Amino acid sequence: MIETFKSVIDTLSAPTVSFTLLTLLTPLIFPPTDWFDKLNRKLGIWRLWTKPGLWAGMGFITFFFIVGYFDPNFNITLTKPDNFPIVLMVYSMFFFIWLGMKKAYINDDRLAEGLKPEEYNDPDDKVLVWPDLVYIEFISLILFMVFLIVWSILVAAPLEEPANPASTPNPSKAPWYFLGLQEMLVYFDPWLAGIVFPMFIIFGMMAIPYIDTNPKGDGYYSFKERRIGIFIFMYGWLILWLFLIVIGTFFRGPNWNFFGPFEYWDPHKVVPLNNVNLSEYLWVKMLSTGLPTNIMLREFMGFLVVFAYMFVFPILLAKTWLKDLFEKIGPIRYTTLMLFGLSMFSLPIKMYLRWFFNLKYIIAIPEWFFNI
Amino acid sequence: MSEEKITPTASVGTSTQNSENGKEMGRRGFFKWLSLGWIAFAGATGGFFTVMIRFLFPNVLFEPPQTLKIGFPNDYATNTVDIRYKKSFNIWVVRDEESIFALSTVCTHLGCTPNWLRTEGKFKCPCHGSGFRMTGINFEGPAPRPLERYKVSLSNDGQILVDKTKSFKWEKGEWENSESFLVV
Ligand code: FES
Repeated sequence: MIETFKSVIDTLSAPTVSFTLLTLLTPLIFPPTDWFDKLNRKLGIWRLWTKPGLWAGMGFITFFFIVGYFDPNFNITLTKPDNFPIVLMVYSMFFFIWLGMKKAYINDDRLAEGLKPEEYNDPDDKVLVWPDLVYIEFISLILFMVFLIVWSILVAAPLEEPANPASTPNPSKAPWYFLGLQEMLVYFDPWLAGIVFPMFIIFGMMAIPYIDTNPKGDGYYSFKERRIGIFIFMYGWLILWLFLIVIGTFFRGPNWNFFGPFEYWDPHKVVPLNNVNLSEYLWVKMLSTGLPTNIMLREFMGFLVVFAYMFVFPILLAKTWLKDLFEKIGPIRYTTLMLFGLSMFSLPIKMYLRWFFNLKYIIAIPEWFFNI
Repeated sequence: MSEEKITPTASVGTSTQNSENGKEMGRRGFFKWLSLGWIAFAGATGGFFTVMIRFLFPNVLFEPPQTLKIGFPNDYATNTVDIRYKKSFNIWVVRDEESIFALSTVCTHLGCTPNWLRTEGKFKCPCHGSGFRMTGINFEGPAPRPLERYKVSLSNDGQILVDKTKSFKWEKGEWENSESFLVV
């Protein structure tokens, strides 16, 4: 029974499977359109945001960790002091998303009935900064300090031997909060995954209030009133950031190979990988001529693809699918949205290209340190 | 009703009055102190940055030797990767069917140090999983270009001399260069 559970989880956690499943599930959990909403109701997924849903979710997570604790392989990763924050993160993220969504669903129902959101009826709606808020903050601060002190007393800091550039631990993991970035680095060149994308994440989030000027849902929880925005954000935050952290923590083993959580970390696991650039696909595999010596000629296909994706595609969208949106928010907002949005979705696209076609780089000019 | 005028306390006494009786500084005094302040500030910052810049040029510079003799060609068996100099000199010495060359141990992706996996016959980077063949050519993972090679030559006493000041990049076609390998 437990063994079946373990092997099922191991199979599911293969990146192709888990990432695809989660990508398909996100629009069902956070339905961006009426169609998904209906499906969500039919499948009863909205029950996740009720009390039984909370217990079910927490129960599953706890079950998973308990089974993991008694599994000789998962135990090693799970009980590493570095990984304790991830366990906390899994719990707290689920709880806070649950809390927000629960309140949002209650308000959505109220708004549908023509009532005001719950927050308007709350007698404690307004609290005085002094003494109420300051006291709450002060007590939280003390409790948190106690927690940190107890934690640091109970668990020794995971220090290692002095750094030595000639020997890198295998696997070499960044601090847990950077593991999402490290995972991106598997698919992109350092200048993109290490510099451009982190900057885009920060600037993109700063741009949200300027792009999404929807005045609804201000001051109260609600899902329906900005469901597309919430859906996109949740996909980026939960799947493209937190899930990548979980992958990096629990599923990446020696030589940065994938391992199921209950799998033995075999340093000699051989994964057949042979990555090929787009230019090699075009010139060597399809046209069976050698790579041209002219760099621009060699890579023209890649430039074409990137140009089409970043520039032609948004124009087409503005003419067809997103016509209303384009007219509503105007060219500047639309361009900004597309720049950040398309960059964000380039990550899953690139991941799938790597998994299914062993595609390394779309544009590969190592001579200029320019690879996309 | 008394004709009392309400004067804000702050405006009691004007600055000219005060400077006249010498308690507060006048316009000239103000500029004097201002210039003094700025000069002191400029001096302090200037001194600080001078010291800082001086700090960038250390008195003693520890530089590991850039050239190393690594023994005779016959010390290396055919089709092997020698990892003895990985730690001390950051090179792998590889001998294939016809030549000996020195590969840099810096992964071309983000600079971690890969490991040589003998059974799989490849270098594998533990950071993001790049793989390189024995020749140094990248074939898996994100590394965009092959490992770099260093200049190798035979010294007078017949030993192999590796010179790390000169490196050869495959993507620039430099591996053709006869200095990048040693024919054996
Ligand atoms: S540093 Fe070697 S794969 Fe990234």
